Amino acid sequence: MTMTLAKAINAGLRRALEADPKVVLMGEDIGRLGGVFRVTEGLQADFGESRVMDSPLAESGIVGTAVGLALRGYRPVVEIQFDGFVFPAFDQITSQVSRLHFRSHGRLTAPLVIRIPYGGGIGAIEHHSESPEAYFAHTPGLKVITVSNPSDGYWGIQQAIASDDPVIFLEPKRRYYVRGEVDPDVSPEPLHAARVVRSGTDATLLAYGPTVQTCLDAAEAAASEGRQLEVVDLRSLAPLDDDAIVASVERTGRCIVVHEASRSGGLGAEIAARVTESCFYSLDAPVLRVTGYDIPYPPAKTEHAYLPDVDRVLDAVDRAFAY
Amino acid sequence: MDLDHDPGFVQLLTPDGRRVSHPDFGYAGDDSSIAAHLRAMVLARRLDAEATALQRKGELGLWPPMLGQEAAQVGSVAAVGSRDEVIPSYREHAVALGMGVTPLEILKTFRGTHMVDWDSRALRFHLYSFVIGTQALHATGIAMALQLDGRVGPDDATNAAAMVYFGDGATSQGDVSEAFVFAASYNAPLVLFCQNNQWAISVPIERQTKIPLYQRARGFGIPSVRVDGNDVLAVQAVTSWALDRARRGEGPTFIEAFTYRMGAHTTSDDPTKYRGRDEEASWRAKDPIARVRAYLRSTGAIDDLWEGHLTNESDALAEQLRDDVVSLPDPALADWFTRVYAKTPSGLIRQRDAHEAYEASFEETA
Repeated sequence: MTMTLAKAINAGLRRALEADPKVVLMGEDIGRLGGVFRVTEGLQADFGESRVMDSPLAESGIVGTAVGLALRGYRPVVEIQFDGFVFPAFDQITSQVSRLHFRSHGRLTAPLVIRIPYGGGIGAIEHHSESPEAYFAHTPGLKVITVSNPSDGYWGIQQAIASDDPVIFLEPKRRYYVRGEVDPDVSPEPLHAARVVRSGTDATLLAYGPTVQTCLDAAEAAASEGRQLEVVDLRSLAPLDDDAIVASVERTGRCIVVHEASRSGGLGAEIAARVTESCFYSLDAPVLRVTGYDIPYPPAKTEHAYLPDVDRVLDAVDRAFAY
Repeated sequence: MDLDHDPGFVQLLTPDGRRVSHPDFGYAGDDSSIAAHLRAMVLARRLDAEATALQRKGELGLWPPMLGQEAAQVGSVAAVGSRDEVIPSYREHAVALGMGVTPLEILKTFRGTHMVDWDSRALRFHLYSFVIGTQALHATGIAMALQLDGRVGPDDATNAAAMVYFGDGATSQGDVSEAFVFAASYNAPLVLFCQNNQWAISVPIERQTKIPLYQRARGFGIPSVRVDGNDVLAVQAVTSWALDRARRGEGPTFIEAFTYRMGAHTTSDDPTKYRGRDEEASWRAKDPIARVRAYLRSTGAIDDLWEGHLTNESDALAEQLRDDVVSLPDPALADWFTRVYAKTPSGLIRQRDAHEAYEASFEETA
């Protein structure tokens, strides 16, 4: 069936709530309102206030109490209302839940999912357009997942809930209302597999979340000029699917990483290092990055110039071919 | 004042426009200063309505309306002295106007052409804060700095205090509780001004607290008052008292201004999803502007002519604001690279130059 990403995540949450009475949802405005993006719409009405909880306005409180719920066998799925509001919970995420398994000598698990609408492109004010994935991908013990399409939204949220490790589940808010096919019967790849979403021979575009569509559009434009670009949706940022990345780059000999987050210390840097270490003799050009700039997310009227777009991706492709 | 017993709900002007007395607080001004409050509230409400309309037309990205909170804001900012520092949340548009921010400066942020473009140091009105509750700690630090600077004491010609605004939702954030702890611990010259507008987006106050908020602050050792937030006279009286205490070294005060967000949380919000029309109607009957107007009409302090002038002034403000907002030039991304660090690192300059060269390549080929 066809549905939007927001509806697909909603359907995936619903199925998880139906399947396991230990699944509980918590967050600001997720109950009666259904979340500011309506991702949890209707769930409190159908599953009750004890399983879909409107929380007080406190992100550290949301994540910290979810850790406690997880310690008693629940599988909490919490929503952070906007990317920029996750940082009050930073200690609970990076110093507490991420290392619970490690600190307990492997005795404890923390099956907690932290959903975060993230990324820019919606004309928002400050703190509503952030891409914080690198902070979390840098933290051992956390899994970091991004979804770029409704099918991954539907299945990915269920796979994340089934994970015994804490998962940061990043939802590209500017793609919430993009429609796509969801097969509710056939589960696609496991949570941590990257996926080749367009095959090509001349260069690999590595993308995730909101930039997958940007790269597909760029590949379409490049094809009309005779270049066949491969687009890989990374899907999982921690752990990274090294095998899929290496296989693609060894085929094409060129690699461009595309993300919205600022450049320095970002996922692009990590991927460039891995590709260089693993594919050095296959590379025809250095790994290039198309990213946000090393500035805080700028005012909405300038975000079109900040965000990677088709032209910037194609410009990087040209540079990769110039070596 | 004995704050060990509950002074109750401070109100000096009833919803139907009658002056009433309170054992501890009185309004010191005359009818002309009340008329000035009416003017400030009407102009602020007009700015708010115009901004909402501009957002609907696509000229602003977002707008957080302050409809219904005019008295809480106009009354409190009226108590601010010429050396006091004011630290807002993001809905304090009437406070901003009272501190000398222009309507256009307020709207720039919400049009997305600027971050926060007023001179916060010159105006002593700090940057809007969008991550809930964070500013309470900054305000406490500002108050501690005033204390370190020797600005706290009996000399009313030199003393100063800080006042921070936040909402009922923010009181759940750890930062706000920590601000209570620090302010009390250091006896900081700080007024913690909480506009309890009953709703944190869709979540009612009952989810944030089981006791009245002002009683919670007392548990931290901070004297606290609950005031009718729709009564501009009571708000000013209470805030003046609290700021005086702070400036003279008597420490922090928490004020819970009991009010109501008549509009949506922001223009992206739809309150019909979570609250009833009856509730909104009951608060509309307590409108902060209507009661002042009724009072001033009853005393004869204002008449049709006075109100006609105010309507004209209000119309002119709205028209000017419309023109100014749509005329704002779009900024260039390149301008922002040199605002990240006090001294821009060379690598960031190179990144900016590469960005500009890239942008220029389109102009050459076009």
